[in-house]
Formats: sequence, C-alpha cells, structure tokens
Amino acid sequence: MLVATAVVLDALTYAGWLFLAAVGLTLIYGVMRILNMAHGGFYAFGAYTAAWGVGALATAGVPAAASFLVLFAAAILVGVVCGLMVERGFLRFMYGRDEVLMVLVTYALFLIMEDLAKLIWGTDPYFAFQPYLYFGTVEVNGLPYQVYDLLFIGLALVVGAALWWGINRTRIGMLMQVVIENREVAMAMGINVARIFTVTFVIGTMLGALGGALTAPKISVNPGIGVEVIVLSFAVVVIGGLGSMAGSIVGALIVGFVRALSVHFFPEFEVFVVYLVMAAILSVRPHGLFAQKEGRKI
Amino acid sequence: MNPLAFSRDRLLIAGLAIVLLAALVAPNWMRFLLQVSMSAGLVALGVMLQMRLGLVSFGQGLYYCIGGYTAAMLAVFTGINDIVVLAVAGTAVAGAVAFIAGFLMRRYRGIFFAMLSLALSMILYGILVKARALGSTDGFNIHHLSLLGFSLQGEVKQLATYSLTIVCVLASVLASRRYLSSSVGTVAEAIRENELRVEYLGSSAQVLVHYTYVLAALISGLGGVLFALAIGHVDPLMVYWSTSGQFVFVALLSGTVSVVAPLIGMLLLETVRMYAMAISPNTWQIILGTVMLAVIIFIPKGLFSVIMPQNRGGKS
Repeated sequence: MLVATAVVLDALTYAGWLFLAAVGLTLIYGVMRILNMAHGGFYAFGAYTAAWGVGALATAGVPAAASFLVLFAAAILVGVVCGLMVERGFLRFMYGRDEVLMVLVTYALFLIMEDLAKLIWGTDPYFAFQPYLYFGTVEVNGLPYQVYDLLFIGLALVVGAALWWGINRTRIGMLMQVVIENREVAMAMGINVARIFTVTFVIGTMLGALGGALTAPKISVNPGIGVEVIVLSFAVVVIGGLGSMAGSIVGALIVGFVRALSVHFFPEFEVFVVYLVMAAILSVRPHGLFAQKEGRKI
Repeated sequence: MNPLAFSRDRLLIAGLAIVLLAALVAPNWMRFLLQVSMSAGLVALGVMLQMRLGLVSFGQGLYYCIGGYTAAMLAVFTGINDIVVLAVAGTAVAGAVAFIAGFLMRRYRGIFFAMLSLALSMILYGILVKARALGSTDGFNIHHLSLLGFSLQGEVKQLATYSLTIVCVLASVLASRRYLSSSVGTVAEAIRENELRVEYLGSSAQVLVHYTYVLAALISGLGGVLFALAIGHVDPLMVYWSTSGQFVFVALLSGTVSVVAPLIGMLLLETVRMYAMAISPNTWQIILGTVMLAVIIFIPKGLFSVIMPQNRGGKS
C-alpha cells in the first residue's frame, strides 16, 4: 500500500513538473511551428534567476513565504526579457523557413544561452532551498511527503486551466487558434500575425522559465540543467503530439507513471524507459497520440 | 546541387591523403589531433549524407557510440583486440542496428526524423549510464591492442591506430563519393526537393532513405571505433544528444558540397576548441552558437559552398 501511494504520488508530482516544463514548448510549436530548442535555455535562466532572487531575499532576512513569490516574478521577468529578445532579435527574421532549419537556429540560440548563464551567474552551484523547506511535509496515506512536491500537481492544474481559458475564452487566444488553423488566411483577414507570434513566444518562454524557477528550490542550480530538460520535454510533447495541449498532459502523465514505476521496481531502467516509450509511440503513431497527420507536399 | 561538382573532390581527397600521410612524421600532438578529428569527422560525414536528403539526424551519436562500445567491449571482455578486427566488428554492428532501425526511420521526415533519431540515441544513453558492468557514466578504458598477433605498445600503438585511421577515412570518403555520384545518390538529392515526384518517377523514397541511413551508420560506427582506439576510452557521453548536436553543427558548417568538407570541418572545430578551451572555457558554446547562426543566415549552403562554387548550370 505504501509503495502504491509512493508510486502514484511520485508519478503525479513528476507529471506535474513535466507538464510545467514542457507545455511552453508545445504552445510555441502549435502556433509558430517552431520546435524550440532554446526552451532548455529559458528553463535554465528561470532557475538561475529564481535561485539568485531567493538567495538574495534570504540574506536580506525576508521571510521564506515571500521567496515563494520570487519564483513567479523570476519566470515573468525572464519570459518578457529573454522571450522578447529572442523573438524580436532573431526569430522574426526567419519565419516561414524550413522547420528543421528552425530547430538548428534555436539549437544555436540554446548553445549561446548556456554560456551566457555561466557568464552571468558563474559556474558555482546556487541553492534556493528556503521555499522548499518552508512548506514542510505532510502525511499522505501514511507516507510523509514534501508539500512543495505536491504543489506541482496543483500548479500544473492551475497553469493548464489558465492556458485552456486563455486559448478558448480570450480574444488573443482565439486569434491564436485562427493562426494555427491557417496562417496565410489569418493574415489576409487582417490579423496581426507577427504580434500573435510575439505574444505566444513570450508566454511560451515564461512557461519554460516558470518550470525552471519552480524546480530551482529542489535542486542545486548549476550549469547544464537545461540540456536534460530539452530532451525530456521533447519526449513529453512528442508522445502527446506536437502542438497539442491535451497531448502534453497525457504525455506528462504517461512519462510520469512509467518513470515512477521503473524507479520503484526497476531502478536501472529509469533513464531509458522514457525514451523507449517515446520511440514506441512514435513508431505506431508517428505524429503522437493527439495530433493529426499532415498532407504531403506535391 | 549538380553531382558533377563531386568530380572536384578528387583533388580534395588527394590533398587529404597527402596531409594524413605527411602527419605520420608530424609531432605526436598534431597527429593525435588529426586522428581524433578524422574519427569524429566520419560521423559528421554520416550526418552530411543524410542532410542531402533533407534529413537531420540529431542522434548520429548512436552509431558513433555503438561502434566505440562494440570495439571496446570486444577488446576488454573477450580478449579479441586486433585493431582491424575491432574496426570491422564495430562497423558491422552499427550497420546491423541501422539496418533494423532503418525500417522505422525511413518512414519519417523533417523534425520527426530528427526527434526519433534523438529518442533512439537517448535509449542507448539511458541503458549505458545505468550499466555498472560498463562503468556507468565513467565508461571504461581499453588497455591492450594488437595487430596481426603483435601486441601494440606506446609509440607503435599510436602509429598503428593512426595508420588504420588513414586507411579507414580514405576508404569512407571514397565510398561516400562513389555513392553520391551513383544514380542512387543523385536521386537522394531529389527526395529533399520533392519526395512525391521521386516516387512518381518510379523510385522508392523509403528504400533510398534506408540505404543512406545504413551507409551513414556504417561510416559513423567506423568513426566510433577509430575514436575509441585513438583515446583508449569510451563513455556514454558519446551518445548524449549534445554530442550528436556537434556533429550536426559540423555537417551544417561544411554543407553538402564535398565529402571531404565534414572532415576538414571537424578538424577546424577541434583545433579551435583546443585553443578556446585554454583561453576562455566559458565562452566556447557562445562561439559555436554564433558561428552556427551566422552560417545559417549568411551562407545557408555551408562554408564550403563559398570555397567551391558549384556548377549552377545543372540546376533548374
């Protein structure tokens, strides 16, 4: 029973984390058709900014509750600054180019961001454990569990719901859907596609940075944290179908459960099982579980 | 691109042969640098072959690693340590795996090809980092090598593995060139432009992709063996996606104009890295990224398209 509880909790918290880390990727791909490798860089920048902010507050003697808010502030800051710089500075000159080429462009941006992080924050690890400890532990079904970890489930739900609302119930969200449906017709109808792209990219960046910022208290933030996140997020969004919001939820849950099961029962399979699932799903449903197949070009 | 442009490769290949042979009497460090970059350059060549079909493999490290690990495991666990046998075995295993994986890979294009190749390579990474018998993340060393029954030591070992590298690199380059100027290689170029039309003309795009995929894997596997023999060590980083990303970088930089270009590109990369790491280790990736962006934006056909302008007449 205890093991079952542990597996379910681990799976759900991990799925929540995966969703937060990956949803920005699928949003940007869905609207802009850019498979954004720089996402890992945004994640790392979010984590660094948050860790640095939390550390600064802690040395200033501000209570830990406030440092929790710093995590969100960091995500917004990074989203606006980095998102605008990358989108306005580079990507807007490349719209309409080949999808594979955009992968390479964002990969180059990712490499640059990796080193920028080292130059800005140095190579020593940062610790931001205050928010993590602040919430303490709670007993679930006889199993003591970190409340902060459980928060990931709730936050994933909140972010997911907010995105759903934003896309289906707001003007800008509906415009996004139009752009997804057909970019050229949208343009012809007088929709400012460039602005939609900018907004999407900034939101996507913010989500990536939020994933990093919320993870910062759980880990030691050091160079290289973005590298791993990229492939994991890829796995999640590819399983569900690139550009599909529902797909990324399902993808996160599948990866979360598969990983939790393997951690508890077959620890030596922990790393590769995720990619095995990804390869298996891709080989059966090439475009993921939730995306439609596109027509071939003639 | 006109296949005739490859006829100019003869000069380049001859030049490469001369440089490689001349390095036999060069200082040790220089020869070692050449040996390592030629080995890794073969993998970049594999990526470039696929790039001609418009396919970007973000997991070519898979075959690099399979080649290296096959050779290392044979040498350490079975005592078969003849370098020629190791090279053949590593290449064969990489080819066999690619032949099977090819049935899956050949159905994918664009970013899906990139993602799936990435996933396949990460599966192997996941297995290797948890394999304690193979040293997990540290990998393991290859201590004893032999050639025709003679044990190789010190200077002789380096000369022997280097000579093997020369032979293998030249063989791979010639084979690639032969392939690209064959009718199969010529049609491959058309797949990138318009796959459906290729099929209307009676060629199977999937079979062509499969061919190229296996050939690229054979060459990359060989590169992996040579790399393992050169440094006497293998570790899971060989198959991590950032390693594969570097091969993509070199292939992109070199472009698809010449089969020698990826080898020269890798040599340049390793040379620049050697100095950059010494002078300023924290800006190395900034340099890589900036160069990559510059190449994509200003010279989309790769650096070598500037040096070797291609025959425009053949292109419609």
